[in-house]
Amino acid sequence: MPKLILIIISAVLVNNFILQRFLGTCPFLGVSRRVQTALGMSGAVVFVMTMTSVVTWPVYHFVLVRFRLEYLQTIVFILVIAALVQLVELVLQKMSPALYKALGIFLPLITTNCAVLGVAVLNIQKKYSFIESVVFGLGGALGFGLAMILFSGIRERLDLGDTPLPLRGTAIGLVTAGLLSLAFMGFTGLVKM
Amino acid sequence: MLTAVVTLAALGLVAAFGLAMAARIFAVETDPRIQLVEEALPGANCGACGYPGCSGLAKAIVEGAVGIGNCPAGGENVAHTIAKIMGVTYSGGSERMAAIVLCGGSDQVARKKFMYNGVRDCASAAMIFGGDKYCRYGCLGLGTCAGICPFGAIRMLPGGLAEVDPAKCTGCGKCVDSCPKKIIKMVPAKRTVHILCSSHDKGAAARKACDNACIACGKCVKAAPPGAITIDNFLAVVDYGAEIPEDVAGECPMNTIVVRKEPSGCESCAAAAAGGGAV
Repeated sequence: MPKLILIIISAVLVNNFILQRFLGTCPFLGVSRRVQTALGMSGAVVFVMTMTSVVTWPVYHFVLVRFRLEYLQTIVFILVIAALVQLVELVLQKMSPALYKALGIFLPLITTNCAVLGVAVLNIQKKYSFIESVVFGLGGALGFGLAMILFSGIRERLDLGDTPLPLRGTAIGLVTAGLLSLAFMGFTGLVKM
Repeated sequence: MLTAVVTLAALGLVAAFGLAMAARIFAVETDPRIQLVEEALPGANCGACGYPGCSGLAKAIVEGAVGIGNCPAGGENVAHTIAKIMGVTYSGGSERMAAIVLCGGSDQVARKKFMYNGVRDCASAAMIFGGDKYCRYGCLGLGTCAGICPFGAIRMLPGGLAEVDPAKCTGCGKCVDSCPKKIIKMVPAKRTVHILCSSHDKGAAARKACDNACIACGKCVKAAPPGAITIDNFLAVVDYGAEIPEDVAGECPMNTIVVRKEPSGCESCAAAAAGGGAV
């Protein structure tokens, strides 16, 4: 149990997917203009990353390891994740139109996101058990959400500020992202994993 | 090798089968009219209606969120088709608008400061000393608006000016936003008298920069009905709400005022329009 808590803290703060591992920078810069859309994206990522861990772990350990096809993990994970997201989308549309509307366009966007693929691969590399994998996926996604919401909040304020013309938009966004990443380096050493 | 192929294929098949079943089980019934309305819309996804694309507007129309005449690009014809699909009558909408580029400074009449050799894009050109023309308000002639027009209504004249064909223009307004000089305006398509200049420079300076510039002499103001043309900051401006007789154009000493009928310029379009054929 303490290990699970450590995994969550590590994934959220110390080894944050966006700010320390630099995975998923595309949505980090792309849909962080407003807190509202960042929330939607984060919700979708929490959903998909956790589900990915749930599904890819058995696929790896019961299918790939068994047939000694570990080298196929990338392509198999992408296949499984894409199918999974499609399935989730179909189910959501039927069962919960409200949630479907909220996550809407973000779901298909993250099928091949590197953070999502990253969590599947890292689960294997770190030799996590099934439960640990799921917790790591959840923690990683929460860290992703934290970074997204922090960053979009800053960007909303940046839009109002008097930014020098050449720096406006993505340029100042990248500078901010760098500073945010630097700030998160302060968590280094918090957890020994 | 064989195991790899078979395993991947099997995984793919399982996923495909699962998805096919899910699509069956979780199929959501949508209003068939959404499809029909979407087909009736122009399909250019220009976004002038404020929705992400034609499918977004189609959904909003069928759900009753907006009226049937809400496609600015489609205009009357599309509204009538949608009215038929929706089983309502179309009572007519707002006036049809068309874009116009308010600059007459072709390469023959407008003088240049330097040779621009950079990226063939107006926004880039405008960043270097405001463009290569002496006139700060002149059309840069690199065709950014023509490139962005989803309906092919803007063509580049040989003299380095953009011209909008009011017959093809649907009034979506994308070119207005794309122009770094902000000299494209939306005007009622039925108006024919235009002042092709946007220069707010004083008369002498404007004349120095361009032979077709408005020098704010005020002749057209006197010739036109009261209030139909006004001088605003050294530039004569047409009030498009008012009817202006076409002979006002002859009064202009700088040939800035033009009469542009629908369809403009191109002869084949005019012939097609006269023959009643589709353009």
